[in-house]
Amino acid sequence: MTNSLIDIRGVHKRYGEVRAVDGVDLQVVAGEVFGLIGHNGAGKTTLFKMMLGLLPATTGAIHIGGEAVRGAGFREVRRSIGYLPESLALYDNLSGLETLRFFARLKGIDVAGCPAMLAKVGLAAAADQRVRGYSKGMRQRLGFAQALLGSPRLLFLDEPTNGLDPQGIQEFYQILRELRDRGVTVVLTSHILAEIQQRVDRLALMRNGRIQALGTVQSLREEQDLSLSLRVVLRERGVGGEEALRQVLAGQGIEDYQLSNGVARIECSRAGKMALLGALSGLGAAIADIEVHEPSLEDVFLGYTDKLI
Amino acid sequence: MSRIEFREVGVIAGKEFHDRLRNRWVLAVGAVFTIFALVIAYFGAAQQGAVGFRSIDVTIASLVSLVIYLVPLIALILGYDSIVGERERGSLELLLSMPITRFELLLGKFLGLALALGVATVAGFGLAGVLLIYQLGSGAVFHYAGFIVSAVLLGLAFLSMAVMVSVLAQDRMRASGVAIALWFVYVLIYDLILLGILVLSEGRFSMNFFPVLLLLNPADIFRILNIFGFEDVRRIYGLAAVFPQTLANPWLLGSAMVFWILAPLGVATWRFK
Repeated sequence: MTNSLIDIRGVHKRYGEVRAVDGVDLQVVAGEVFGLIGHNGAGKTTLFKMMLGLLPATTGAIHIGGEAVRGAGFREVRRSIGYLPESLALYDNLSGLETLRFFARLKGIDVAGCPAMLAKVGLAAAADQRVRGYSKGMRQRLGFAQALLGSPRLLFLDEPTNGLDPQGIQEFYQILRELRDRGVTVVLTSHILAEIQQRVDRLALMRNGRIQALGTVQSLREEQDLSLSLRVVLRERGVGGEEALRQVLAGQGIEDYQLSNGVARIECSRAGKMALLGALSGLGAAIADIEVHEPSLEDVFLGYTDKLI
Repeated sequence: MSRIEFREVGVIAGKEFHDRLRNRWVLAVGAVFTIFALVIAYFGAAQQGAVGFRSIDVTIASLVSLVIYLVPLIALILGYDSIVGERERGSLELLLSMPITRFELLLGKFLGLALALGVATVAGFGLAGVLLIYQLGSGAVFHYAGFIVSAVLLGLAFLSMAVMVSVLAQDRMRASGVAIALWFVYVLIYDLILLGILVLSEGRFSMNFFPVLLLLNPADIFRILNIFGFEDVRRIYGLAAVFPQTLANPWLLGSAMVFWILAPLGVATWRFK
């Protein structure tokens, strides 16, 4: 990929006999929101740290913005990178505002923008409060604020919604949308797959240090060929409703369904979806509603992991 | 090797120094130095049945004993968790993701802590010095200033060791253990071992080997720096017999002290990279 912002080639990381990262090749394009998912210990955080130059690769090469991450020229690239670590540790003796000012100075950024950044993550009222008194969610917001300092063009967010309440999660993804619109490249991990499935352009599924699957959520669904789920609500019951539906399903060769109280939950293959919908339309006014549910990212994830068990 | 960005070094150093100002560490240590210095200067001769301020030579000799015990201990406590503490809390990772090299981070840490220790030492002994010089006369200024400078250098040497320990140690607990062990070895045990060697060898090493061994301990260098200029004190310590004048050159001793500041920092830099 010629316009890759992140270029990872043949990267291994070994700790003695343990292969934390085992031959990863990955390119992330500028402006992309990229998700990295996998079990605990799959190698996501190790790969993150290697991308930031915090850990040396045993073999292989990682370039960001054309610079080797362990090279002398990477310092300048770092100025345009924001990082939110999974285990965020801040200085308890500093206030929120002092924390941001410290990191702004380290990045060589004007500290005048720090109060506005605190306001952006909803911490304006706690700006002068010591971090010691912050809740986990507030610390996470502050960590996110430091990652956003200096308008980075690349963000690494490791479990960014850890400790956030539902409102905080919503606000976080709102900011993420704004960043995406501005063309910021984002690499994020999350173990809450439902959260990121609508928010990433592509994702990589890591297992045992390797990338097991790579692509868009849709392409991974199709590759897995997981069944779709249909919820059919009947207006009529009895012969005109439930019985007619059973006949349609039998006609389509579908046996995997539940039907009770006028609501049917049906599993069908992706290939058979249109034929089934066509057949259901034959029931006409007997059907009040049809919902089609794509398999979730969690289903896709479990589909891949089950294959190896 | 990339060039050093002193702005980033200054940011780290500034934070370390301000942290110590803010938690009143500098104030507390400075006050301890002032109080102990005045008490020892006034009551130092109580065992001989007299109290009161005496000559600057004898006063400094009394203060040397205080500094040798206190300053290394404070410096080691100050620096032992500078790196391992950040690592254990998890903040090191975030710091190193910033546009700063590991060397700059280490240097900034050391300089910030050195400034805190230096300010506490100069202010603490300086305040006591103002009162002492008022009692002993302005002729004592030069000697007393030399004493303060050497006390700062002694502190920096042990701070440098503490930072090295902090880089090498796996956790804070082990770092604190090693730091205390260093204090025991250099401040309490080292001279006893040398004395034992001297006695066992029946004085054979006294003029060749022994003085060089003294240079391997920054606490001894500090002691020699402060007592060799004073005939009275030299007699009290009995060092005139074992320490040759050629090794008593202040520049040589100062250089040895600077070596003790730079060498552990060099090891720390090498390991931290």
